[in-house]
Parts: sequence; structure tokens; C-alpha cells
Amino acid sequence: MSKTILTIDDSSSVRQMVSLTLASAGYSVIEAVDGSDGYDKATSASVDAILTDLNMPGMNGLDFVRKYRTHPSSRGIPIVFLTTESDESFKQQAKAAGATGWIVKPFRQDQLLAVVKKVAGA
Amino acid sequence: MTEASDTFRVEAAELLDTLQAGLMELEKTPGDLGLVDSVFRALHTIKGSGAMFGYTAAAAFVHEFETVFDGVRKGRTPASPALIRIALGACDHIHALVQSPDAGDTGGEPILDALREAVGSSTREPKMAAERASAAAPVPGWRVRFRLPSDALILGTSPILLLEELSAFGPCDIRAIIGGVPELGALDPEASYLGWDVTLHADVPRESVEDVFMFLAMAGDDLLIEPLDAAEPGTVGLHAEDGEANNLSVGHAAPANVQDAATGAGRSDGGNGANPARSFRVDKAGTSLRVPAERLDSLMDRVGELVIAQARLSQLASVSTDQNLKSVAEDMERLSASLRDTTMGIRMVPIGSLFGRFRRLVHDLSHDLGKEIDFVTSGEETELDKTMIEQLADPLVHLIRNAADHGLERPDARLARGKSTTGTLRLSAVYAGAEVAISIADDGAGLDAGRIRAKAVEAGLISADQALAESELFQLIFHPGFSTAKEVTALSGRGVGMDVVKKTIESLRGSIDIASRPGQGTTATLRLPLTLAIIDGLLVRVGDGCYTIPLAAVEECVELPPETAVSPKGRSFLNVRGALVPYLRLREIFRTDAPADLHPKVVIVSSGDTRVGLVVDQIIGNNQTVIKQLSRLHAGLKTFSGATILGDGSVALILDVLNLVGSSQDGEDRSVGKSFGRAA
Repeated sequence: MSKTILTIDDSSSVRQMVSLTLASAGYSVIEAVDGSDGYDKATSASVDAILTDLNMPGMNGLDFVRKYRTHPSSRGIPIVFLTTESDESFKQQAKAAGATGWIVKPFRQDQLLAVVKKVAGA
Repeated sequence: MTEASDTFRVEAAELLDTLQAGLMELEKTPGDLGLVDSVFRALHTIKGSGAMFGYTAAAAFVHEFETVFDGVRKGRTPASPALIRIALGACDHIHALVQSPDAGDTGGEPILDALREAVGSSTREPKMAAERASAAAPVPGWRVRFRLPSDALILGTSPILLLEELSAFGPCDIRAIIGGVPELGALDPEASYLGWDVTLHADVPRESVEDVFMFLAMAGDDLLIEPLDAAEPGTVGLHAEDGEANNLSVGHAAPANVQDAATGAGRSDGGNGANPARSFRVDKAGTSLRVPAERLDSLMDRVGELVIAQARLSQLASVSTDQNLKSVAEDMERLSASLRDTTMGIRMVPIGSLFGRFRRLVHDLSHDLGKEIDFVTSGEETELDKTMIEQLADPLVHLIRNAADHGLERPDARLARGKSTTGTLRLSAVYAGAEVAISIADDGAGLDAGRIRAKAVEAGLISADQALAESELFQLIFHPGFSTAKEVTALSGRGVGMDVVKKTIESLRGSIDIASRPGQGTTATLRLPLTLAIIDGLLVRVGDGCYTIPLAAVEECVELPPETAVSPKGRSFLNVRGALVPYLRLREIFRTDAPADLHPKVVIVSSGDTRVGLVVDQIIGNNQTVIKQLSRLHAGLKTFSGATILGDGSVALILDVLNLVGSSQDGEDRSVGKSFGRAA
């Protein structure tokens, strides 16, 4: 009964790292390459949590969160930003957009797992 | 993780390409914020991913780079050419750091200093924030009080998980603060009204407790963390049993109820994500796939073998009376032809990937040579076999260097000739039949025919009185050791290279032509076949051997009129609808003794603007030709470019049309070893 995590990042190495880390902890992972791809996948598949990059071509992370939060299926779904931004104004923006949390890059695998467990449960 | 690290390296190379292209575009349109954003995005990704995969030196350097470059992003500093040049140097440095992460960052600081100077900022921002130092005196425990914002549940925060996390530190006394719960009628079932008051009896650092609420520690979120001895617990709210707090999970567990469906969807949808150990990745919403090049090569080899096997099957079917076999053979033929086309299509890569690299080259050349160069490219979407693209890089670099170094004049010389100070270098690619024509054109001084002639006479390549057409004269520059450059520069002019360029292009079954007009510029045109692996061929018989002529070169087939058929010697011409076409008797070239056909046929082939007829005994028909390279022993044979295996297992040599057309023009010694003529 593994939980499904959607990871949205334009960097394939980050997606790979996230997938590998989460899969080894027993999560199912769906990958998306940008905000609009993420929106399609988040609204078509049933996910338990979403990890998204901030800076992406096309629809960026904040726009994704704002759009996704207007969709009924987003209710109760935690969204965590994986980003190099760490200043308060970003956090405020992310929160206002509807994000649940954030992880500042670079992060270690155990940090990522801890956060995913925090928001989605084991 | 090493695999992800490899992926990062590949990705970083691509990002650096994007970065360079963006920087160079930025030089032209300094105010383009979209470009600045794309530059920053690339930097950002390199920094973020780099640090995670252990490329700390690269990440730290990029961080500094980004910081300094922030002035451009904010519009404070214009993207001046000088700044762009330093930034491009920084790209090279990042590349080096990514390629050899263990070498350490030795050359980074001067680049950063130059960057800082260029943007006029002397402030050195601190390096990446170090992790928070954890220092705390031992405490008996913590009192934690928090209340979630009303939309917290909708936005995915789970109080249960927070409480569980706190409980994991040690024994907890948890009380719910229910004062905020409204009347039933006003209650929004999805809103969060509760607060919690937790007494944690465990000696854990404050940071650990804060970490639990890392996403709540915001202005507007109600959170209080105090050492236990500093506050009296239980002053607020009513005592709530753990079970009561758990009731919340009913409201929050909605997503979990559909988990079965989620897992199912996750498995089919996230197939790639769940198994990242596979060596390909899905890009752009699953529309493209990254596959190691070797796999494509081996796929192509297999398809080649399949085509040969299929030819054998067709051969068997053609002499069999079994209708089922014939029908299967036909299906196989159709399928293998479409499989061949699909496979070759996969190998096709847009040439734009190559053009992108040259942008940087021209940029650097422009700076090094002190010439203003406008680099214009077109036809980036033109596709060529990937092997071809790889092998084209060096010849094109050489031609571009030559054009920039020798072709284009200095600004003052250009002014004197009434041209604009900025020279133009055009790189274009177009489809031309089954070929791709790539041309490198400059609007410089043009080739000096007189000097080429003088040099060629001096080098003993031609005699002083030899009459040569201009195009023939220009071909001399491809002769080994030929160079008219008055002085040798670091870039070109050593006379090595042009012959190598020609050899490389010819080894790709292509050709190179030079056209030049004094004062107006020079154009080098490369013509290359679309693919190297399998071609459509026209199978012909000469004497008792079979030969293949690349179908792309065939214009038409006519019968040799009896009156021309009898005049065997000298240069022969054929009248094809009013045009005189020279023809070669392949029987003579191959010196075959086998009885000649009563009605010889002429296959008219063309290369560039020249047409020539090849007289053969019989035209057998089209066949898919899997090109096999000739052995090293036979590589010197000019008449053949390769060999192929026919359905009956015999070998047919592939005629090198380019060479035959050339030999019909200059009337060179056409003798080819007798034994090779019969090899088929």
C-alpha cells in the first residue's frame, strides 16, 4: 500500500535522485518535467504528496501550485518545494500560493525522506 | 547514486550549452529579461543539482557567479560584451569543474574577480550558508503550543504527522485546544480550528523540535516552543485524549481512502519514475526518449542483418511455388523496409545541435582576431545521421576558422572596400534530394585565384601553363601542404587541415566545393548523404558481376543506341534529349570477358551539376543496400565506396558515383584491378 509521490523538476538528475531515494523507501514515484506536465499528472493520477522545483521553464513551481490548488483533487495534498531559494520572502510566497513546505537544495537523501515522511507519512 | 551523478554530468553539459547560447544572445539583446531568466535557470539547476551529487566546487562557483550576475538580473548592470566574455569563461570553468570534480577549484577566483569588476561590485557575499550550529544546554523537556491556520488541512499539513513526530522524541502529554471550534452550523468540515498543547519529556535540542514545525514557523502561524521549566503546562484549553486527537484523521485521511486506485495509477503512470535504474529517461512529458548511442548503433546493425536475411527470404520465395511462403516474404519485405526507415529516422539528429557549438567558436574568434563577425545560421532543423553529425564537427570548425581568419577582412580593410565593418558568416543547411547541403559563406575578400595558381606552380602541383577552370583551381587548396596564408596564425594557415577536411567529408561519401568571388566572399559547400548505414540502390549486372549504384544518384536509365554502342574507344558522348552526356563503359573499366548483352543499358547518374552515363549489361532492379565498409586492403579503390550482401549471399560492390563522374571528366587512368572488377 505504498504512497504515491509526484516529483516535478526540469532537472532529470534531481528527478532521478528523488525517485531513487523515495522508491528505496517504498514510495511509488511519478515524474513530471515542468509545471504543466505536473498539473496534468497531479490531476489525472491520484497522488499522496507532491515535490516540485521552483524554477522551471514553461509553468514554474509557484504557478503550478496556484493552479493546482484551484483543482478539487488538491485538497489535503501536501506540496513541498525543492528549491535553492531559502529567503523568507520566497517562503511567504510559497505559503501564500498553497505550498505545505520546502526543502532547500542541496539536500541529503535522508533529509528528503524525512520531509516526505513528515508531510505524507511513511 | 553514481548513475544519477552521470545523468547530472550529461545534464550539466546541456545546461552549459543553454547557458552559453543564452549569454551570447544576451550580448545582442541585452535587455531581454526572458534570456536573463533562462540564463539564471540554467545556473540555478547546475548549482542545485551539482551540490547534491557532490560537485561542491562547481556548485560553490556557480553560486558566486549567480550572485555577481544578479546585477544583470535586476537590471542594474547592462550585459556588456566584456561581461559576457568573462561569463563565457566562467562557463568553461564550470564545465571543467563538473568534468573533474576532484581537481578542486583553483582557477575560479580570478574569474569571479573579473566578473565582480565588470559589474562594478566589490562586495563579496558569504559562501553558501553553513548548516546551523546546534548548541543547547540540556533541558528536561519542551512545551510546544501550536495552532494551524484554518486552511492548513486543505493545503496538506497533517497535524497527526506533526504530533507523531513529536512523540517520536519521547513521552508526550498532548492536549487539544478546542476553543476555536465554532458552532456546528458555522463549521467548515475542511477547515482547521484546533490547536495543540504538547508537553514533551525528552532532552532534545531546540532545533530538533523546531524542525518538526519547519513549515509552520511563519508569521501568522501560531507556534510557541519553550523549555519545560519556563512554563506551566495545562493553562489553556481542555484536556483531550489522544484518541480524540486521532479523530482528526477521519477528515484528513480522505486521500488514503483512494490509495488502491492511486497505487495502481502510480504503477502504470510512474513506471519510469519508480525504476530509475533504467538507463533512459523520459523527457518533455514523455514525448522524447534518451537512449545510449551504442544501442542505436547495434539496432541499426541488427536491422542491416535483417534486411539481408529478408532479401534471402525473398530470393527463396521468388523461386518457390509455395504461395504461403511468397506471402510471408512479401510481408517481411514490407515490414523490414518500414523498420529500416523508422530506425534510420531515430538516428537522425537536427544539425542545429552542432550549429550551437559554433556560435561560441565564432564569438571567441571574433574577439581573438579583432574582427566584428555576425554569425547567421539557418536550417538548424535539417536532420542528418548522428554519426555524420559527430564526424562533421571538426571539418566545420576548420572551415569556419578559415573563413573568419582568412576570409573576412579586418574592419578597416572592410571600410576601405566600402563594406560595413561587421563581416557576415553564414552557416546553412538544406535538403537537396537525398543529400544535405551545408554551406559556410563569408562576405570577405574571396580567394585569390592568382596567388593559388602561383603557389600551386611553386609547389609543383600544376605546370605554369596548365589551363584550369576556376573551380579546379580552388580544389587545389585541398591538396596536402597547400597554404597561401602569408603568416601562420594560431588558428589556421599551417596548411594542414584543408586536405583532412576533404578526406573526412569524402569518407562520409560526401563532397566539398568552393565558390569564390573576389571582394565578395567565399562559399564552401558540403554535400552529404542523409545516412551512412542503408541506402536504396539500383542493382545492375556488368559481365558476370553485380554492382549497386546508389539510387539517389540515378537520374534515369536509357538503352544505348546501337550506333553509339559500336564505337568503343575515346571519350564517348550520348545524346539524351538534346544534351550531350559523356558515358563510361563499365565493361571496359572492369575488364570483364563475359559475353556482353546484346542491348546494353545506360544508367545516367549525377553528382552536383555533372551527369555521366554508366553502360551496364543488365538492370536488375531496386534493392535495399546495407553498406559494408571495404577492408583496409581495398580501401584505396576509388571506384567503389563499399560492398553489400545480396539475397543469394553473394557480394555486390557499390559504385562510387562521385569518383566515376570525376574520372569521366578528367579522363584519368580508369583501370581498376581486374580481380576487383570480378569480385562480385
